[in-house]
Amino acid sequence: MASLPKPDELAGINYNPPRTGWRDTPVEFRRGTYCYGAKPKNLEAVGLPNPRDWSPEDQDWKLPENWKEIILEGLRERLGRFRSLQIFMDACVRCGACADKCHFFIGSGDPRNMPVLRAELLRSVYRRDFTTAGKIFGKLAGARDLTEEVLKEWYYYFFQCTECRRCSVFCPFGIDTAEITILARELLNLVGCNIDWIAAPVANCYRTGNHLGIQPHAFKDMIDFCTEDIEKVTGVKVEPTFNRKGAEVLFITPSGDVFADPGTYTLMGYLMLFHEIGLDYTFSTYASDGGNFGLFTSHEMMKRLNAKMYAEAGRLGVKWILGGECGHMWRVIHQYMGTMNGPADFLEEPVSPITGTRFEHARSTKMIHIAEFTADLIRHNKVKLDPGRNNHLKVTFHDPRNTSRAMGLFEEPRYVLRSVCNHFREMPENTIREQTFCCGSGAGLNTDEYLEMRLRGGFPRANAVRYVHEKYGVNTVACVCAIDRAVLPTLMDYWVPGVGVAGLHELVGNALVMQGENDRTTDLRGNPLHGREEGEDV
Amino acid sequence: MNLADLLTKKQAVILERWFQWFLETYPAETARFMREEKNRFANPVGSSVYQGIEGLCQELLQGMELDRVYPLLDPIVRIRAVQDFPPSRAVAFIFALKKVIFEELESEIRGGQISVEELLELESRIDNLALLSFDIYTQCREKVSQIRVEEIKRRSERLLQRANLVVDPSE
Repeated sequence: MASLPKPDELAGINYNPPRTGWRDTPVEFRRGTYCYGAKPKNLEAVGLPNPRDWSPEDQDWKLPENWKEIILEGLRERLGRFRSLQIFMDACVRCGACADKCHFFIGSGDPRNMPVLRAELLRSVYRRDFTTAGKIFGKLAGARDLTEEVLKEWYYYFFQCTECRRCSVFCPFGIDTAEITILARELLNLVGCNIDWIAAPVANCYRTGNHLGIQPHAFKDMIDFCTEDIEKVTGVKVEPTFNRKGAEVLFITPSGDVFADPGTYTLMGYLMLFHEIGLDYTFSTYASDGGNFGLFTSHEMMKRLNAKMYAEAGRLGVKWILGGECGHMWRVIHQYMGTMNGPADFLEEPVSPITGTRFEHARSTKMIHIAEFTADLIRHNKVKLDPGRNNHLKVTFHDPRNTSRAMGLFEEPRYVLRSVCNHFREMPENTIREQTFCCGSGAGLNTDEYLEMRLRGGFPRANAVRYVHEKYGVNTVACVCAIDRAVLPTLMDYWVPGVGVAGLHELVGNALVMQGENDRTTDLRGNPLHGREEGEDV
Repeated sequence: MNLADLLTKKQAVILERWFQWFLETYPAETARFMREEKNRFANPVGSSVYQGIEGLCQELLQGMELDRVYPLLDPIVRIRAVQDFPPSRAVAFIFALKKVIFEELESEIRGGQISVEELLELESRIDNLALLSFDIYTQCREKVSQIRVEEIKRRSERLLQRANLVVDPSE
């Protein structure tokens, strides 16, 4: 009969991780800590290689016979195409400045999440095959062979990085680990190793224009549904148009705003604002998603999916594009679009028809962020606001990784927030603006099977929210990203119960005084409005 | 000197050793970071844990009121419940406190300076902490399952309503 382990053994008194170095410790795919593999139909839909049924937990990943050649050739090609990659591979001196800046490292304690080590996963293979020292001295020069174990480790850790770039803010050489992750994911895609949560939205976006594959009639239907809700709350009937040729502005927002709570309340806010200022705008039922999971797949896929927005702008003959509250859409627009599918010379430099403000910074992309647009309206007193309607909310602002570090959008959302709320409090300085902590679910990792890992990665953000919640009674995190709106409620539920999540324009919608509206008794969610006394800045 | 006095006298060293034990459950690089980084927002795990166990050490001397102990224990177990630990290891830190205290007070215990009653009382207080941590651990894991379901609902409930697949008869 087997004897019971002693209490010390059972409690795992000696439970340090294996003492082998990181290079020799294979990753373990345990449920909750990895994303499901891409389904073959989703790879086939966009012509990505090696479609097959597989799971990361399988021993055999059914890789193509010459997978190693494919990856190494892919790496060689990318080293030539992206000078930054070559520099990032060579320049790191392992100073450690980035090491403790990653939310996944901080939350999980797994040192392979230190950005320097995450990059080293790729760099070690680069050294082995692309540097003389590595070819000759091998392991002594920090090089290692590309094996299936290494590939599995790439999958585990490069799909455990939200490409948030917080580490790059601290790197003295400006090494951008996000870009390394982006390229490593490209390499994984060459042999069919994507995650399904990215592959499915990519396939859907490519065919029907949005992540869920919602067809035009259903897309329109959902927005009509939303206008009914607006009428219930305000008594005002707003009438958005779809695919209307000759509109001045094409409005594109993440599809999450259209069908997922609490994004839907943000959509209500947009529609109400546009109605109130009389904006001549239209939706496109094909460019029906600002989200672009192509960014998490490959540069080519990002370009393909981005193109639909401009194709639709051209087809409808609009002057410029207004973009909703999205995170990575803005990274694609702000950092890639100008030279990828642009410059969009067939459109006009955006000018607000209400204030006359010319948005010169968007001269190349012809697309501006709604926070910029609304901040400009408020600055020119073009909308009437009653911030007291948000008095039941004590708000803090979460800077999404993309709008902050890939766009520098700091002041506009804060300006809008201060105009529509009486109670606003910042989180601690080292957790906001360019140092913002990611929600832990970006870059295509916001899937439910990955929740445990997301909770680890989201802990540093939640910890800062907890601080303002306990100290100032903050009960709402405002944000300008659809993924944040989808995942922060979950994160808050676990780490800081009692704190809700709202899009910026949901709060605008609450505060917006509309012509002909009823005396509002509820906010956009149907919660009763009380305590409408003048608040002070808490 | 009774047990309470001894514990008070040795409180700093017990706390330090307990925290060290805790850190050693992580890889060396991580442990170093969690020890050295003092900013609570840059190092939320290390600071939450330290704050929690510091409070628990105090409580050990002050009667272990549930209302006070729970908010100290919850943040630690909440973190451990979603990190890469099986349940036994996630809450093993409670038992490590016994080990630390008994090692620190070994000569006094062997020398008969502490009564059996006092020792049993101490053991029982730590055991209570362990039991409470099981409760919190389980609540956390249940919460993970629950919020996963909630998230999926939020993602698609509107679509279901619109497709008339879910109907609220009161409306």
